[in-house]
Formats: sequence, C-alpha cells, structure tokens
Amino acid sequence: MSTSDVTKEGIRGARPARDAVTGAVSTLDGHRRERPAGDGRGDGAEFRSYYDRPVLNQITWQARDIAGYLFLGGLAGGSSALAAGADLTGRPDLARPLRYTALAAVSGSLAALIHDLGRPERFLNMLRVVKWTSPMSVGSWILAGYGPLAAAAAASQATGLLPGPGRLAGLGAGVVGPAVAAYTAPLICNTAVPAWHDGYREMPFVFVGSGAAAAGGAGMIAAPLGQAGPARRAGIAGAALENAALAVMEKRMGMVAEPYKQGPGGTLMRAAKALTVAGAVGALFGGRSRAVSAVAGAALVAGSACTRFGVFKAGQASAADPKYTVVPQRQRIRDRERAAEQGGADGGEQAAQGPSGA
Amino acid sequence: MALDEQSGVRTGAAESAEDPGPEDARPRMGFFTDTSVCIGCKACEVACKEWNLVPEDGLDFTGMSFDNSGGLGADTWRHVAFIEQRKPIGVQETGVGRPEGAPDPVDLGMPSFQLPGSSSGEDERGEFRWLMSSDVCKHCTHAACLDVCPTGSLFRTEYGTVVVQEDICNGCGYCVPACPYGVIDQRKDDGRVFKCTLCYDRMGDGMEPACAKACPTDSIQFGDLDELRERADERLRGLHEAGIESAQLYGRDPGDGVGGDGAFFLLLDEPEVYGLPPDPVVTTRDLPSMWRHAGVAAAALLAGITATFLGGRR
Amino acid sequence: MGVRTLIESWPVYRQLTGADPSGRGAAAKSAATGALRARTAEADRVVKSVCPYCAVGCAQNVYVRDEQVVQIEGDPDSPISRGRLCPKGSASLQLTTGSSRRHTVLYRPPHGADWQEIGLWDAMHMVADRVIEARREGWQDEQDGVTTARTLGLASLGGATLDNEENYLIKKLLTALGVVQIENQARVCHSSTVAGLGTSFGRGGATTFMQDLQNSDCIVIEGSNYAEAHPVGFQWVMEAKARGAAVIHVDPHYSRTSALADMHVPIRAGTDIAFLGGIINRVINEEHYFRDYLLAFTNAATIVNEGFRDTEDLDGLFSGFDEDKRRYNVHTWHYEGADIAPASGKRDQEYEFRVQQPQESGSAGRPEQQGAGGAAVGGTPETDPTLQHPRCVFQILKRHYSRYTPEAVEKICGIPRDIFERVGDLLIENSGRDRTSAFCYAVGWTQHTVGAQYIRAASVLQLLLGNIGRPGGGIQALRGHASIQGSSDVPTLFNLLPGYIPMPHAHEDQTLEDFCVADAAVNGFWANMDAYIVSLLKAWWGEHATSENDYAFSYLPRIGDSHSTYDTVMEQMAGVCKGYFLMGENPAVGSANARAQRLGMANLDWLVVRDFSLIESATWWQDGPEIESGEMRTEDIGTEVFFFPAAAHTEKSGTFTNTNRTLQWHDRAVLPQGDARSDLWFMYHLGRIIREKLADSSDPRDRPILELTWDYPLEEGAEPDAAAVLAEINGYGPGGEHLSDYTELRADGSTSCGCWIYCGVYADGVNQAARRKPHTEQDWIAAEWAWSWPSNRRVLYNRASADADGAPWSDRKALVWWDGANRRWTGHDIPDFEAGKSPDYTPPEGAAGVEALSGTDAFIMQGDGKGWLYAPAGLTDGPMPTHYEPQDSPFSNLLYGQSRNPARLVYPHPENRYHPDPGTPGAEVYPYVVTTYRLTEHFTAGGMSRWTPYLAELQPEFFCEVSPELARERGLTHGGWATVVSARNAIEARVLVTDRMVPLRVHDRTVHQIGMPYHWGPNGYTTGDAFNELSSIALDANVHIQEVKALTVDIRPGRRPRGADRRRLVLDYQRRAGVDDRTGTEV
Repeated sequence: MSTSDVTKEGIRGARPARDAVTGAVSTLDGHRRERPAGDGRGDGAEFRSYYDRPVLNQITWQARDIAGYLFLGGLAGGSSALAAGADLTGRPDLARPLRYTALAAVSGSLAALIHDLGRPERFLNMLRVVKWTSPMSVGSWILAGYGPLAAAAAASQATGLLPGPGRLAGLGAGVVGPAVAAYTAPLICNTAVPAWHDGYREMPFVFVGSGAAAAGGAGMIAAPLGQAGPARRAGIAGAALENAALAVMEKRMGMVAEPYKQGPGGTLMRAAKALTVAGAVGALFGGRSRAVSAVAGAALVAGSACTRFGVFKAGQASAADPKYTVVPQRQRIRDRERAAEQGGADGGEQAAQGPSGA
Repeated sequence: MALDEQSGVRTGAAESAEDPGPEDARPRMGFFTDTSVCIGCKACEVACKEWNLVPEDGLDFTGMSFDNSGGLGADTWRHVAFIEQRKPIGVQETGVGRPEGAPDPVDLGMPSFQLPGSSSGEDERGEFRWLMSSDVCKHCTHAACLDVCPTGSLFRTEYGTVVVQEDICNGCGYCVPACPYGVIDQRKDDGRVFKCTLCYDRMGDGMEPACAKACPTDSIQFGDLDELRERADERLRGLHEAGIESAQLYGRDPGDGVGGDGAFFLLLDEPEVYGLPPDPVVTTRDLPSMWRHAGVAAAALLAGITATFLGGRR
Repeated sequence: MGVRTLIESWPVYRQLTGADPSGRGAAAKSAATGALRARTAEADRVVKSVCPYCAVGCAQNVYVRDEQVVQIEGDPDSPISRGRLCPKGSASLQLTTGSSRRHTVLYRPPHGADWQEIGLWDAMHMVADRVIEARREGWQDEQDGVTTARTLGLASLGGATLDNEENYLIKKLLTALGVVQIENQARVCHSSTVAGLGTSFGRGGATTFMQDLQNSDCIVIEGSNYAEAHPVGFQWVMEAKARGAAVIHVDPHYSRTSALADMHVPIRAGTDIAFLGGIINRVINEEHYFRDYLLAFTNAATIVNEGFRDTEDLDGLFSGFDEDKRRYNVHTWHYEGADIAPASGKRDQEYEFRVQQPQESGSAGRPEQQGAGGAAVGGTPETDPTLQHPRCVFQILKRHYSRYTPEAVEKICGIPRDIFERVGDLLIENSGRDRTSAFCYAVGWTQHTVGAQYIRAASVLQLLLGNIGRPGGGIQALRGHASIQGSSDVPTLFNLLPGYIPMPHAHEDQTLEDFCVADAAVNGFWANMDAYIVSLLKAWWGEHATSENDYAFSYLPRIGDSHSTYDTVMEQMAGVCKGYFLMGENPAVGSANARAQRLGMANLDWLVVRDFSLIESATWWQDGPEIESGEMRTEDIGTEVFFFPAAAHTEKSGTFTNTNRTLQWHDRAVLPQGDARSDLWFMYHLGRIIREKLADSSDPRDRPILELTWDYPLEEGAEPDAAAVLAEINGYGPGGEHLSDYTELRADGSTSCGCWIYCGVYADGVNQAARRKPHTEQDWIAAEWAWSWPSNRRVLYNRASADADGAPWSDRKALVWWDGANRRWTGHDIPDFEAGKSPDYTPPEGAAGVEALSGTDAFIMQGDGKGWLYAPAGLTDGPMPTHYEPQDSPFSNLLYGQSRNPARLVYPHPENRYHPDPGTPGAEVYPYVVTTYRLTEHFTAGGMSRWTPYLAELQPEFFCEVSPELARERGLTHGGWATVVSARNAIEARVLVTDRMVPLRVHDRTVHQIGMPYHWGPNGYTTGDAFNELSSIALDANVHIQEVKALTVDIRPGRRPRGADRRRLVLDYQRRAGVDDRTGTEV
C-alpha cells in the first residue's frame, strides 16, 4: 500500500521518482484480472531483433579501396619474398619484374588506404602512436618499414645505382614481405563483423596463400619459363593453401559462413575458387608454354583479387543482417547456461569463452 | 594489476578500465539507464544535440512506432527505442490488449503486414505493453573502438570513459565495424567519426552529462559507476518483488565479454529486442590469438617461398 | 629545443616514457583535449528564465557569452522541474537562436504577390493609422437603445504564449480603444476550466499544484496526455507511483502516458460524463461518499427551488429551456430562499432580476417566504443536514445519476463492466479520511460542446469523495501554454476583466453598483468586487477615475452575448470585423475549422501577425490550401498583411503563470536582434503612437484612450520596464506604497490594482515572482519559490484539509489546521481562509460579505461558502453534468431523448457544415470517431516546433493512428497514406497501424476510433495537413469552446486529391450524406 503521508511534521515515506513501478502487483492487488503476474520474458529461442535493423553499424570502407588494399598488400608482400629468393638463387629475370610489382603494389595499396580516409590529409596521424591492439597501427609501422625497402630495391634495379644497398633492401623487403601479406588478416578479423571475426584463425592462411598465389601469378606472367619455376610452385602452393584454409574456415563458422556462399560475396568466392584452381592447374601443366603460363598467372592474380573482394563483401553482408550477430551470441549464451548446469562454474567459464574463445 | 600488453585487457579486476596514468585518475563515471521509468520523451536526444552541437540529420518517417531516429550513429548519440509488444508488463491493466475489448472474431487478427514492434505470432489481441529505452555508447571497460584506433584519437579519459578526439581522428573508419554495439559511426560529409563523449567537457567542470540532466523521470542516471551498480542491483530486486519478472540488467556484469559497460541498462526484455547484442565480446580479446595465427601464417609464407627455390633449376 | 618539445609532444615518446605504454589513455591525449572546457563555464553571465513551451513552467538557466545565448539548461533549484527539461525545453536554444527565426518586418500590400521589407517604425505608424480607422468604422455607440460604446471593427487573438505584463497591456490598451473582440488560446484550450472549476469551487484555476501529486494515493489522468504534453510535470506522478500510488489513465488512445500507468482504460471519445456519472452513481448508492466532509463543506444539504425539474423528468432537459432561443432560463435552478450569484461562468444571467430585487443580504437572517419574484438576492439558503429532503442537492444528485449504471457506462463508453468497477474500487479505496486521490485533466475534457460540464463532473465526484483542498487531492487542470493561466487571470478574453471580474454586458443605465449587485455574490470574497473593480479602474484611468464619474466605469466598452474568437471569425466572413491582430497564435492551424479561419482573414482589410517565423496564418494569401486549390487567387485578396518578428523569452523580462497558478519571473538575457521586439514594446509604442495621433481629439469616444495611464519607464532598446507593469498589476495604496494583499483593496478610490488576484506579487516593493530559493532549502510547498495567486497559497480551499473543528482529517493527511492556542490557522501551506477565523465561528445576525462566511465555509469565493455539487447559477446548460453526445457522433444518446447538449452553439454556414444525426440517412458516410492529442516532440499549432529541426526530426510527419482491425477493414497499410474526410475538409496523413488503438463495443456494435496529433500545417521544416481542417465550429454554450476532441470522419487509403479535386471530394461526401444548412443544427 502507498506511503503517501503528509503529517503535521511534513512528508513521510517520500521516495525518488526513479523507484516508480508500473504494473506492480502490490499496487493493483485485488484489482486485476486473474492471471499470472506479468512476464514479458522471451524464451530467446526464436531470433528477434529491433525492426530487423542491424545491430552493428555498417562498414564505412569502400570495397575498391580496402579490398584492393588487401589484395595489393598480399601481392606486394609475396612478390618481395619471391623476388628475394630469385635474387639469391640467381634468377634475375624473375627478381626484376617482381621488385617492380612489389613497389607498384605497395604504392597502390598505400594510395588506396589514404584515399579511403575521411581526412586523408591526416594520414600521418597513423604514426602518432604505436598500438599492438590495432592491426592498422601495426600495419602502418610495417608499411613504414617495408615501403622504403621495396622502393629502394626497385629504384636500384631500375637505375643500376648502388646495386649493393639495393640488393640488401630487396632482401629486407623479402623478409618483411610475408608480414605485409599476413597482417591484413588480423586487420579485418579484429572487428565485430561476424564473417570476419569468426574466421580469424584461418584468415591469415587464406591471405598469405592468396598473396603467394598472386605473386606467383605475377612471376609467371613476367618471367621467362626458365626462371619462373618458383613462381609456378608458389602459385600452386598458394592457391592450395588459400582454398584449403577457406574450406576449414567456412566449416568452422557454421551459419555465419552463409555470406561466403550467397550474394555478391558468394559469387566472388566462387569466381576466386575457379580462377585459382584453373591457374594452379595451368601452372602445374603449362610449364612448357609461355602463353599458358602467362594466362594461368593472370588467373591466379585475378583469383587472389576475387578472394579479397569476396571476403570483403561477405563481411559487409554479415554486418548488415542482425541474424549473424544475434543467433551465434544467443547460441553462446545457451551453451554457457547448459555448461553451467552440467559442469558447474568451471564449465561455465570455459563455455563463456564461446566459439571465439582463445 | 597485470595488463596484457597485447590485448590491453586487464586481467584481474576487470571492472576498472585501464588506467590512463596515475597523475589524473578519478573514480570511474557512467550511466545507468533504467528503461522501466522511461517515458520516451526523447529529451535526452535533444539535450545531447543541443549541447554537443550535433547536426540534425534529416526527416525520416520510419514507421517504427514513435522512433524516427532509427539508431545510434554519428549524428544520434542518444537514441530512444520504441517497442510495441503483445505482452504484459507486471499486472498493468491495458484495455487495448483485452480480447473482450475487441470486436467480433471475424474482425480480429493482424493486418496482412507484420505490425512493427510486434514479435508476437498469435493472431489475437492479448496483453500489450509499450517499451521505451534510451540507448547510448556503452563506454566499455574493454572498448574495441579504442583498441583498434590507429591514431590515438580515441582515448580513455581520467573518468574511465571513451572519447573521440576530433582534432586527431583521420577517419580511417576502423572503429566503426569494431564496435560490437553499433554505436560509433562516420559523419559522411565530415569524414571523422563521432559518438557520445559522456559530455567529457561538462564533467571537467563538474557538470553531469546533458542527457542525464534533462531526463524528466531520472531514467538516465549518471554517477560513480560502483554506486550506480549497487543502485541497479537494488532496483532489479525491487522490480522482481513487484512482479516485473522480465526486468534484467544489461552491461552491468564486469565478467561479460567487454568487461562490463560504463553505461549499462535495466531492460524489460531480451537485449536483441532493443537492437542490442545479447552477448557482446570485445574483438581484441581474441587479438593475441590472431597475432599468433598471423605470425605462423607469415612464417609459413616465408618458408613456402623458400621451399619453391629448393626444387632444382626449373 | 624546438625539436625536443616536438619529440616530447609525440605520443609515441609518451608511450615509451609514461604510464600509458598501450597508448590508449593519457599518452594519446591531445593538447586540444587538454584545453577543453564546458562553454557554460566560460559564460559571462547566467540569466534566470522560464521555459516558453507548456505550462509546467520549468526554470531555465540561460548562459550568455559576448551578448550571445550559448546554452539553455534546466535550473536545478526549481521545486517544480528540479532542473529537468523535456525535448522542447531542451530545444529552446535552437528555438531562440536558430536560423528559422525572422528578424525583419514584412509587409504585403493589398493584392500584392509577395512580401516587401519595410522599416519597423513605418510599420508601427501604418498599423496605428489602421487601428484608428477600423475602430472608427466599426464603432457602435449603442445597440437596441442600450449603450455599448464599443467597436467591432477590429479584433485581437493570442496571449497564452506571452508574459502576463504583455497580456495586461493588450487588454488595457484595446479595452480603452473600445475593442471587445480580444481573445487568446485560453478560449480554445481551457475556458471550460474557468467555468467548471469556478462555479464548483469559486476559482477557475487548478485547485492544487503538481508537486503535491506526490502525496496522492491514487491519480486519475483523464482527458489528458500528461506524460507527453507535460513530461517534466509527470515526474510528480512518478514520485507518487514510487510511494505506491495507483495511476489510472482513461483515454481513447494508448499513449506514452498509458504506458506508465497501472491501468489504461480505453473510452469512446466524448463520453466521459457518462463514465464519471457512473462512478458518482456508485459512490452515492453504495455510500462511499465522505459524509462528514460533504456536510461540512458542500451544498449537499441545500434545498433547491421547487420549480426545478431534472433531466429525469424532462427526458434530458432541465426546467426552463426555451426551444426558440436555444437557451435556459436558469431561474428555477436557484436554491430555495436564496439567489446566490456564481463565482464564475455566466454571472450576468440574472442581471435584470437582481438589479430590480430589493437587496437582501444575510441581514434578515432566514429570508421570508419567497414572493412571486423568487429568491431574494443573496440570502441564506434552506438546508437539511439529514440529506433526506427530496429537494436537497444530495437527493437531486442521487436521482439525476441513478440511470448512470455500469451497464449504461459499458454501452455508452465501451468500457467493460469489470474495468469500470476496478477504476471505481481504486478511487473509493484511496479516498476518504485517511487517503486522497487526485484528478488530472487537460483539453481532452475542455474541448467539447459539454466542456464545462466535464470539469463539473470531476468536481462533483471529488467533492463527494472529499478530495478537494487536501494534500494529494484536488483537480489539476494541466495547462499547455507557458502563460495560458496568466492570460486568463490577466485576461485577453472578451468576457473577463483582470482577476475574473466579468466584463460588463450592455444594460440600460448600468451603474457600477448595478454591475456589482448583478454579477457578484452578496457574501464571501466576491462581495468585495466593488473594491476589486474600482481599484482596477484607478489603475487604468488614474486621476480621471473619480467617485463623481463612477470611477470611469462608463469607459469600459459593453459586451453582447458573445465576441469569442469564433464569433469574430463569423464577423470577419460577414465583413464586420476588418482588422486583426495575431499575437503568437496560429488559428489557420490551431483553431477549429481552419478553412473558415483563413476565409475570414481573406475578408479583412488588414492583418498583423507577430511571431517567430512565417506561420500559416501569415502566408495563407500566398500559399494557403485555398490558393493551391484555386478557390482563391492571391491577386484577388485585398488584405494588407504586416509581419512583425517577435522577441523570444530570453529577450524580454516578465512573468509566466504556470499550471500551478505560480507566477515565475524570467529575466531578459540579451536584446532581441533586428526588428524583433517584445509584445510589451509593441503594445506600449502602438498605444503611444495612437495617443499622439488622437491627442487633439475632443471626441468623447477618445477620452478613455487619451486619459489612460500609459507612462512606463523605458529601458534599453525603448523596451518598457516589465517590472513597472507588474507593480501596477500588484497595485498601490493611498500613499503610493506597494500593496501586499487583496484584502487591502478599497472601493473608495484610494487603492489601485491592475489584477486583484495578483495583489501581493510585488509586496514590499519586492518582485516576489522572481524569488528562487532552492527547493532543497524548503519543504515541498516551496512557498519561497516565486509566487502563486491568491496570496501565495499553493493548495486552494485548504481549510477543507481539516475537519469542521479544524483538526486534520487524518494524521497522514495534514495540510493546514486550527492552532487553538494561538487562535490561528497554521500548517504547511498558507491557509486559504481568514487566518483568525475560528472553526466554530458563526456569522452574527446581519453579517454580510466576508463576515457572513462561517468557520466551515472553506470555499471562500462562493456566495454560500460551499463546494457546489449542484450549481444553482453560473452555467447555461444545467446545474449538474449530464451526458450528451458530441455534435458529430455515430450514436444517439442512450440515456435521454435529448441527444446533444441543447444549449450548445452551432454556426450554420456553407463553410461550417455538420454531420447527419446518428441513425438518419447519410450518417454512415462519416462512420468513424476521431480524436486528437499532443506529441511530446511538438507544440500546439507547431509554430515553436515544426520550424525547430531538433524537434521536427523526431516526429517528421503528420500521421494517424489506427487499429489493425480498422486497417484491415479500410485497406490501410502501415507507413502508407490515408485520406481523412469530414463535411468540412479532407486531409492526408501517414498511417501508423498499432495495437494502441482498439475498437470498442458501443451500443452493442463495434466502433473504430482514429487518433491524430494536431501539430502540423503546410509551412515550416516538417509539414503536413492541419487536423483542424476537419473540425467544425460547434461550441460549449458556457464558454464558447470548440469541440475538437470527438468528431466523426471517414478514412480511406491513399493521398488526398490535389487542386480543385480536394473540394470536389468534400462536396461529394456532403452530397452523399445529404448535408445541408440545417443538418446537425437541431436542438
């Protein structure tokens, strides 16, 4: 019953408005229809959302810029590594074009990155801090180291000046290259985008594989058959790694993998698969024909690009549909509750790690 | 307290956000938004825009009950959700829900389209309630937007809140997909990202945030986070005793995937009904593992490339 | 060095050297962030102000820097708002400083195609010339041989959004010019309240204050969308809920108010009297009434004239109805043995009778048997304390409501019996000695052809339950404009003078004494009306008001039956009224039958609009609906239009009177920019210029204006000093000292007072309305925050919070009580009673006036000191509330043969057609009920919200709310468009299909109701059709308020026709319904 007293001494039983309760049993006792006390609790079984609006805000990145940046980064990193190997094993006709490719690719990827900024003139703020928690920060510093090496290598190659340092720069770029090719995986996986985050274990392998395939492809296009052997092998191995990693990733992700199979993302991923497989086959059996080798190389490069755009599109699609955010999280909660019921606290904590747990 | 250098996630006392440095550390401040006393007036949305000079973002009749803001974004830092449900709240007596109040069965039933906000499949009026809830940036203990920001534009203030420094942000957009709540967003014509600052400038002068100050029913409560959490626990008990069994706290638990929210809520239904993720996890919790996998992958690439040169001269 | 600082300013360096290695805290903080300050902290000054939107009256702090307003926030010190602001209040910075405001004077010449800019002073002189001319042309010395001394040539509308001081100058100047057609929003919003509460209790204002709702055990919100229309005031309902109070919302549509109520009861719009009557019936039959309270403070025991006949006897009519005149002769309604003039309402009703009667005060004790002349004026009525006398009010009441059974309620209102009974249970349990319940209503009750009686019904119920004058009890009339209470107190209303003194009607050789005898009760505080009006006349005409010239009583123009804003519109269409001032009101959107409003304006010689932006009422000649439809062509319209940009609340000083009857002063923060000026400035200089132009006149008509006291000190920007005006309103004593209470007023011309109920607001020369002692330093009464009328009392009739002996009815409900030791009334609130009059005081023989009030006459303004369950006078449509169907209704009256209010005012006109009677052919053409309401995000006719982007984006389109059932029946799709048609016009709106609208079972069939907010119009940032295109001019007979809360329409999918087709559609509907000039006009 109410405590709305005003005595001669003043108000008694005052309570702040924030304590107000609507539909309190005590207030309406005896004045309500016979039915169990109110309960608006949903059982959580069915998927619910707020007017089907996405939970996440939409990715602001432009596909051309960022997917292109992922692709070119892989191409550059792979190319530098391959070029370094070619250099060390005396394959100048393979090393030369790959050094140029690396420089062109890294320049392109940098340009794409800057072009995508909302405030491009503030690009240098990327070097304002060093943050291990931000793959983009780490990547900026990697590129800050890799870019000049790749440029020096290519410049010396082109001008013939300072061959010694140029060669060292090339070797340095070759060592840093794999990092350039790999770090973009954590970059996109370190988000709340379901189709990216949930694939963070495999994505690095997809990306390095894709990068190796692209670099190999580039080598097959540019280098004479005689020196393109490593490029062909890189292309084949890269394509194999990429597709194997993707298969594992999609299997692990479950329903969150749908965007990789449906819509624009699905189309691109299918194209990527076709191209990389075709390219790999061409690399495997086309070793005697310059033309076949070049076409196969082009297929591998194109396949790599399709992979990156496909991954990008799949991520966008998974962020745009609340289903991919809510359903897995609901599942996680149920698993946790079940585990808690069974195994008690420990099991609960383990389950709390969820599918994305370490 | 030990700090995992890679993830920045504090092991141990997760409830306190990472120190910005001892020199100006203060008790962590936050919001407790109790949606059970929200009257959906949207004073918070306007007070926020007036104070922070957030631009008006267009006339968009959504048909989502009385919600014409849609959701949080660069130009909406407080957002009031409106949900119409065929469910009761406590023992509230709503004539509109009464089947007795409705006409002959032939007239009954939902229109051909799905009534917005109605998550009920039943084809007959039953109970009814109208939920209203003011959403805002959660100022997570482990904030993904802050972690991934490559420029240091986003930073943790001495109050434990997460703020964008507009003089630094270069609009890389990384924080946008990183946020598990869909809070921070890019202002297209500006390029930079924006979100609730918990009125950082006002706090500096000992004032409470504009939305909390305006809120006519104290649905939005501002204060020392520890005190707010105690108050919220008490409130939850009270509501359950009063028969409001659907009441639940959201973002209050320091043990959750983001280490607890600096702005947490009392909801009357599951989070996803309000457009909130049911079990958000800060993505950087998995970053160490990501780096490890990436490292292995990079090494594999180096090794693989090397291997391609071992196969003789062809 | 430079390099060093450069490196040290590099966050990476700070990461490596500081305590923030991860670079997510202090290390990343930029210099700009470090320098960040709140702009409020850098303000040059903080000015105390009050929100200009609704009448909750939230206090604001206005922060000024470099003579610019940089921020507006709630003032935490306020006991009313406690620092909070709703979205509108929060948007007042954008409202006052935004780009949508105009700052130049605009002029549209006759037949002109567009505006042209002209100088402010040129415009002022042009307007002055036109006022003088229109006044002369429309002058009327007499009518039917009776002196009128008035002009019908011009009219003024608006004032509820203005300061009291501005309303005062408008009324003062225009009245001195002989203008009687002076009106404001109070007419169309809360005029019913003045008659309803005034006749019941003695004063036309809310009986309580919002903060006291926290002490209620049960709150019934009916006819109000409290949480949406007064969000900050709603915190007191929440406070009551927190203490366990039950909150009930009775409303046709489930709103944000319903969402926070414990019970929402859907009701058919326009049937609240049947619902309340049902509760009254139960309270009486089951004897749940508070008998001791009833006997002590109400007229339950009073015996009524034997000539009285009830609706029970006459099938829905009371005795005395004149079919031809469509009005009642109220004589048979009187008490037995006494004619008590009402404290409010139609006080002139019995003029002839009273002036002719030999005056008989209580002096003769029990009056002798009445002669043929009926009751003596004044006199002490017969009573039967046993309440058994068949003609005592209680028995009459019991019989009158006997047919308001639960079954009848269910059939009429569509409220199932169990729900109806649950509401009754809660009210009954939470009333009586130990508990109190409050009613909160707003325009959902007032805006009906039976509006005043809606409020009467609640008054009767609250008196029966003993809830008036007690903590947590009362009736809160929620006001919707910042000073709509003030614009009724200091009335820009045709029928009132300041302080609810009636405007004198035209009568043969009427003297000041005749006037007082006829219009004021002999006993109680209205007996001193001569002192109130003489002081007013002294305030207006100073030394020119002398005992010789009856204190210039003849300077007041005399009114006829009605000069309400709707009569003015008719006069405009008829070509009588040629000039029109719109002072912050937008009738082309906000008044009933918006189309008629525009057609009236199109017939004017000149129109003056004062507002922030170019509202619909200012641009109809250029882009109005009738221009779009081709019915009017701009070049054919001869109306001259002046637009004057108005100053905002931050740009002028003055007082608003909020819904608590509290006058709150707001200080000017900055000077208005450009040509923007306060209405105080406008009225003062307009008057000055007119007086200069007429200076040489010897015409006796001009004496009132030339002899008017019109010298106010000017401040910066030639702005009159509002404080000086407030001081004049407060009044001066013989020695020129500021008066401190209305009891000091005298009828001998020694005192002056511009508004007697405001006397004391400037006591001791201190602006009491500017007091801002924080609520944290006071109790909930907060008597030292601002000032409430009367005499700073916060709960009216609070003597009734104590029993007949002066002790609180209950320990848990103490407000004021008799302190026997000190022989004084004391308590939390200031007693609304003579402080020294003991509970056992009985008037001596021959006592009259205030002296004649006994120690239990808690309703001190009433002629008999009682709360009126039965109103023997003052109302034109019955002494007790009776259920009548709305003008446009799908149902005939289930209770009586008399379907609609027989005394209602209808205005047959081609532009104001009504719908066929229920059951007659064609009635089915308009089958659905539509009702209107406010949204939190918008304000009234939209002038202060549709142009404000932060508000517009929150509710960006005009919509209608329909049930899924109706949507299916009519094929309406959610988010799509619907066209809504009445006999007046057709409009379009977006469709919201929602469970919040529910079909009801009425008269054993299903009726669908449609809900529509009424804020939109074609101009502004968010635009849409105006709801009032649909409504008709059909008025309550007591106060001439329009019925816009319940009408009938048809609804169909899709957008409305454009151009001429729009009219065609409306006429086609009229044809199908067989509508003609007689339709719906029958008694």
